[in-house]
Amino acid sequence: MVLIMRDMKRIYLDHAASMPVDPRVLQFAQPYLSEVGNPSSLYEFGQHAKQIIEDSRRKIAEFINAESEKTIIFTGSATESNNIAIRGTALRNKNDGTEILASAIEHISVLNPMKDLQKNGWVFRTIPVDSYGIVDLHQLSALLSKNTIVTSINYGNNEIGTIEPIKKISEIVHDKGKYLHVDGKAAAGRIPIDVQAEGIDLLTLSSNDLYGPKGAGVLYIKPGVKVQSIMPGGGQERGLRSGTENIFAIAGMGEACVIAKKEMKSESNRLQNIRDKLISEIKVIEETYLTGHPVNRLPHHASFRISHIEGESILLSMDMYNIQVATGSACSSKTLEPSHVLLAIGLKHEEAHGSMVMTLGRSNTISQVPEIVKAVKETVVRLRNLSPLK
Amino acid sequence: MPVYSKKVMDHFMNPRNVGVIENPDGYGKVGNPVCGDLMEMYIRVEKDIIKDIKFKTFGCGSAIATSSMVTELALGKTVDEALEITRKDVAEELDGLPPQKMHCSNLAADALHAAINDYKKKKK
Repeated sequence: MVLIMRDMKRIYLDHAASMPVDPRVLQFAQPYLSEVGNPSSLYEFGQHAKQIIEDSRRKIAEFINAESEKTIIFTGSATESNNIAIRGTALRNKNDGTEILASAIEHISVLNPMKDLQKNGWVFRTIPVDSYGIVDLHQLSALLSKNTIVTSINYGNNEIGTIEPIKKISEIVHDKGKYLHVDGKAAAGRIPIDVQAEGIDLLTLSSNDLYGPKGAGVLYIKPGVKVQSIMPGGGQERGLRSGTENIFAIAGMGEACVIAKKEMKSESNRLQNIRDKLISEIKVIEETYLTGHPVNRLPHHASFRISHIEGESILLSMDMYNIQVATGSACSSKTLEPSHVLLAIGLKHEEAHGSMVMTLGRSNTISQVPEIVKAVKETVVRLRNLSPLK
Repeated sequence: MPVYSKKVMDHFMNPRNVGVIENPDGYGKVGNPVCGDLMEMYIRVEKDIIKDIKFKTFGCGSAIATSSMVTELALGKTVDEALEITRKDVAEELDGLPPQKMHCSNLAADALHAAINDYKKKKK
């Protein structure tokens, strides 16, 4: 009989999926939930709403060392930012070329708009990655041409934690092609991103991934980069994202960036210690392997594949210990396909089914590690005992 | 992620009749690890009645829970009665499965039928 240990204190290890809003962010932004002015209205409290948005824009520009606050476009989510970055540049620049590129491990909100463009005549290719998930720079160079309008590479990967060499990638992209779009959703707030120093043309950020409220995202657009609207309307956000602004979420995202800028270094060091202890203690379980890069890795990210057992079962079993993890298994996805990221790093289907992803955050402490490791070990023993595979 | 009934979670966490039977009267194997599900079913039969049944399953929560449930449903039945157990019966006994799991992870009845057919073939 396996005890159901729901009364144990929750250990949340799925910060890549959703993060709690920082209480300081909530305190800062809460008054703006009841803000009634429309930022487009000229009367005074409409203008106050506009001021709140502009303050947030400035905070976010400082967070990524952007040229000015004018480079920051607010959207509703990282998915929306990715869509504008890809469709908006592809459509606006189609007279200069119709080729688009993405790494094989991009998020589906990058890959799907590209596949959609492909149906409409664009040439879409994916850049392979090595077994750690690092973009193949020779292939990148070989696939680029003067017709390549946008190349999209994630700064850090949500599923395997690998950090890409963005500065090098930027040099290669700009040698032949036009724009580099970087999905910074997973990396922002964990490692510093400097759009000017690293040569980034378009950068996607997500509020919730910075402990801000859900419902806000950002697209940074370098001055001079040509993008067009993909959703015409009232012309908010330089005409690139029409629709009345979500003042609460935007205000919260700005404040979240101020806190992240201040605390990132010490917090990432703290999480990295927990991560390293988790990895070293879980990796020693028989036939359990780290996925992603062992060194060039997001500080909060520990991901594994475990032979002979299946990821959704791992997730459900860990939840019985009140520990929440994620998996790239087919059985937990809507498409019933295993994660394209795990297949791209060369895992076989049956290997990709046994994945477990842990993403750490502020609520995690090093003292939780023994309990987590114990739950993983018991889960592996129990599920392997059930499994016909050897 | 799908939402499972309490009964599914109970059978997932405390599966019944796990294991193998040495020299079984019937053995069935369905699924494929490439697709994420593999089930093996073993039966011991006396006078056409299923006297013992064991399983091993690689797969998601519902794959494990349906395997466990089908062994409970089949134990003590005649082989012909057990052949009548359908995927739908297994899902209903578990208070339902999420729609996307009805097809892919509901192979337990098939594994049971495969074991019974193996038994019948050997008997001939």
